[in-house]
Amino acid sequence: MHSSIYLLLLIVVPLAGALGAALVRKIEGMAYAVAVGTSIVEMALALIVAFLYNPHVKNAQTFDFATRHVVSAPFGLAYDVAVDGISLLMVVLTALVLLLALLGSRDKRRELAFVGWLLALTSFTMASFLSHDVLEFFIFFELTLVPSYFIIAGWGGAQRAKAALKFFIYTFTGSAFLLVGILYLGFSYQHQTGSSALTFSYSTLTTVPMTHGTAVWLFIAFAIAFAVKSPIWPFHTWSPIAYAEAPTGGSIELSALLAKLGSYGLLRFAVGLFPLALPTMRPLVLTLAVIGILYGSLIACATPDLKRLVTYSSVAQLGFITLGVMTGSKIAMVGAVLLMFNHGVITIGFFLIIGFIERRRGSYQIKDLTGLQGPAPVMAALFTIVMMASIGLPGLSGFVSEYLILIGTFGTHVWWGAIATTGVLASAAYLLWAYQRVFHGRAEGANASITDLNAKERWVLVPVVVLILALGVFPKPVLDRITPSVQQLIHHVSPAGVNK
Amino acid sequence: MNLLATTTLVVPSIHYLALLPILTFFGASLALLLMSALVNTKVTINWATGVTVATAIATLVYAYFQWSYVAHHGSTTTVAHAIVLDGFSVVGNVVIAVSLLLSALVAHDWAKRERVAGADFHILALTSSAGALLMVQANDLIVIFLGLEILSIGLYVLVGFDRHRATSAEASLKYFLLGGFASAIFIYGAALVYGATGSTNLSSISYFLGANVVLRPGLLYAGGALLLIGFAFKVAAVPFHAWSPDVYVGAPTPVTGVMASIVKVGAFAALLRVLISALGTQLDTWRPILFVLIVLTCVVGASVALVQRNVKRLLAYSSINQAGFMLLGVWSGSARGVASTLFYVLTYAPIVVATFAVVTLIGGTGDDLHSIDHYRGLARRQPWLGGALAVLLFSQLGAPLTVGFYAKYWVLAATVDSGGAALTLVAILSAAIAAFFYLRWVLTLYADDEVEGTRVHVPLFTGKVIAVGVIVAVVFGVWPGPLATWCQHATMLFLP
Repeated sequence: MHSSIYLLLLIVVPLAGALGAALVRKIEGMAYAVAVGTSIVEMALALIVAFLYNPHVKNAQTFDFATRHVVSAPFGLAYDVAVDGISLLMVVLTALVLLLALLGSRDKRRELAFVGWLLALTSFTMASFLSHDVLEFFIFFELTLVPSYFIIAGWGGAQRAKAALKFFIYTFTGSAFLLVGILYLGFSYQHQTGSSALTFSYSTLTTVPMTHGTAVWLFIAFAIAFAVKSPIWPFHTWSPIAYAEAPTGGSIELSALLAKLGSYGLLRFAVGLFPLALPTMRPLVLTLAVIGILYGSLIACATPDLKRLVTYSSVAQLGFITLGVMTGSKIAMVGAVLLMFNHGVITIGFFLIIGFIERRRGSYQIKDLTGLQGPAPVMAALFTIVMMASIGLPGLSGFVSEYLILIGTFGTHVWWGAIATTGVLASAAYLLWAYQRVFHGRAEGANASITDLNAKERWVLVPVVVLILALGVFPKPVLDRITPSVQQLIHHVSPAGVNK
Repeated sequence: MNLLATTTLVVPSIHYLALLPILTFFGASLALLLMSALVNTKVTINWATGVTVATAIATLVYAYFQWSYVAHHGSTTTVAHAIVLDGFSVVGNVVIAVSLLLSALVAHDWAKRERVAGADFHILALTSSAGALLMVQANDLIVIFLGLEILSIGLYVLVGFDRHRATSAEASLKYFLLGGFASAIFIYGAALVYGATGSTNLSSISYFLGANVVLRPGLLYAGGALLLIGFAFKVAAVPFHAWSPDVYVGAPTPVTGVMASIVKVGAFAALLRVLISALGTQLDTWRPILFVLIVLTCVVGASVALVQRNVKRLLAYSSINQAGFMLLGVWSGSARGVASTLFYVLTYAPIVVATFAVVTLIGGTGDDLHSIDHYRGLARRQPWLGGALAVLLFSQLGAPLTVGFYAKYWVLAATVDSGGAALTLVAILSAAIAAFFYLRWVLTLYADDEVEGTRVHVPLFTGKVIAVGVIVAVVFGVWPGPLATWCQHATMLFLP
């Protein structure tokens, strides 16, 4: 067992960075520099945790770096952190998103506030992924709304006010169900055991015996919150406007990272805490996931701008993740965890490049863009790599994860798998078509005079490309870390009839 | 002279420590009144504010001694069991003292701006608060009624205090008429409960109901329901809320702050005592009524607020919604519920006073710039003032890292604990609706299309009050432990 101090640092360092940035605000550009420095430290910490992580801490337990301190007994509030193979990748992704969002989308308007909110968001998201206590998770899960809201409202596009409000209200409403579910679960444990102390510890609550009916209701309450966050069809309606109106850094945070809070929560809490509900709920959620895949792909074909295209493609990708999370097959679940990370990386790539295009052309409408390949070949090449990874070209990261999900699904739910596979084809269609319209053809006017990516922009995209290639050919080290935890989760939920 | 020899007046034992806050408040108010009457030159506003602040601070000091007394000797009653000193009442006293302290400072700056001379405002505010203190410590329906009346009569005048605005007088009349009805209903309810149980003393009622089975409970039920209606009016629970938006708008803004804080504390303290200590055995009877009240209060408060453009009206509906949450703790009827309502009131009071302090500032001379448009770009022009208001609004919304989150969390937890998951869901969804108008207000604050507006001067005291509100919101939002433990202890020392 490693010391939990690393996890505390992961949560505190971004906040300290925000404070530091505020202290040096008088000096031009220093706030940004401090933020970048902080994000490098954060990334280093995340990598240290990733390398130190030992999936075989105790016989069957795969949680490492764990600690628990009760903060307030009347509230049942505790600081309880731990990391396992499922959250580990999310921790790395959180640090990566911060670093690349800062480097790739510098926004000089009210810079201190912008980097401050980004750092705060990172801290809260990190804490949500590290939480090993359901209430603590909820608090940080809710808390991520505040910085996101201010980022969208303060630096977004023309309809930013509407987007920010819609985003906040939808997610807030979704988490209402989550809170009631959490409280119900916590108190049913307390009433059953007659224990005087109220606790929401994850490891304790996984042992609460409950009837099938209770499990189903609680699963629904949890799943609604996570479905809104993810977003899973039909709870996705807030996302197109929020992703499109957010500034580049905000779009990256929202879709590459915060969306994963939804699928992570679904896997860790909805599935992990209520295995009894799975046989009943699985067909429904799988169906929604498949509808999401098809719906997202279809709308993506028809959408007029690049940001919305990536948004709807995300709805489809999140459908794949949900599919993997819910099938109950180990392979699919491992694939889903991997896809959470891969989709994050790919989305960072997409939004960064779209941000670069927007910076040059002042627009990300597909109709305004044409023939960018000519004046900007490097941009086109990098976009191609990201796009191919998203389509699932063998040898790139997207392929591995989608493949794992699909073979897992075929093993347990053939029909859902079969329909979902068409989503892969559809993604090829809409992405290639968009590529064709934006990058092919003859560049004229403003399109002809754009410059290619400069050195800094290329360097920002390097980690994205490296991760896409590396995880495409050699995902083993990552899979080795994920698998024991997934195995452990499956073992926990399997008595309720999960297929191997 | 035989008569004199046979009838000896039995003076009940009086425990002065218990009565000290009430006596000090009345005393201070009387002293100010006498000074204004006897001193030739008018008592300056500085003096009046000084006396009010000193009174509030003295009450906080007493609270320390009262608390240590209660902690060592347990709860006690005095004046023929009509007044109670327990942990719960100490917390209540503290909230009232703090709210009055903050309100007085806001009113001080307001009075200077509006050129209101004299001590009248402070005399009335002190008397009203004394009424609230009496409600907090009352252990008898009659004493509760006395407290309610003292609280209300002062407020009727305070609401109509702004003689330059017709709405102020109108609000005063409206409040007076409806408040009079509510008092009448309350006292009728008290009479019926007396008829059913043979006592107006809360402990005796509780004992009677515990020891006897009421075979024909019609009288008791009717009495309880009427009492509940009286309280529902005071806390502005739907459908007895119609007065509150008009009165909030009409009243001078510092007075609105007093109404949203001190009145709520007094009314909720008394409501908790009546329902939980006196009528605790009738839980199953009053719960369904309260259930309906809560659902209506939460939903109507939040939804109607959505369409308001006047921020005082908006805050009126917001405080209706908040009252719904406070009622949740009452509904749960458990120790956890009482503690959570106490915590809610305790944390809500300073925050709402601070919010109204900002509204007072923006209202400007004449106190009538209350359209939400006057807040456009405020946080861009004055980042500290606008940011403070944003924090206060986030706290009322219930965002984590502000104390409002834990306040909501705890009442919801208590409700789920008592088997009210459905009710919890309704309440929390109403909070999501409420989030909409709080956030829209925050968006207005951060709108960057009108950065060049007039800057608002922030006077010293009002600035301090706003700072206190923000500190309460943030510090206890990060670290709610001590306050929560305190409320829990206070509830353990709740007179059964």
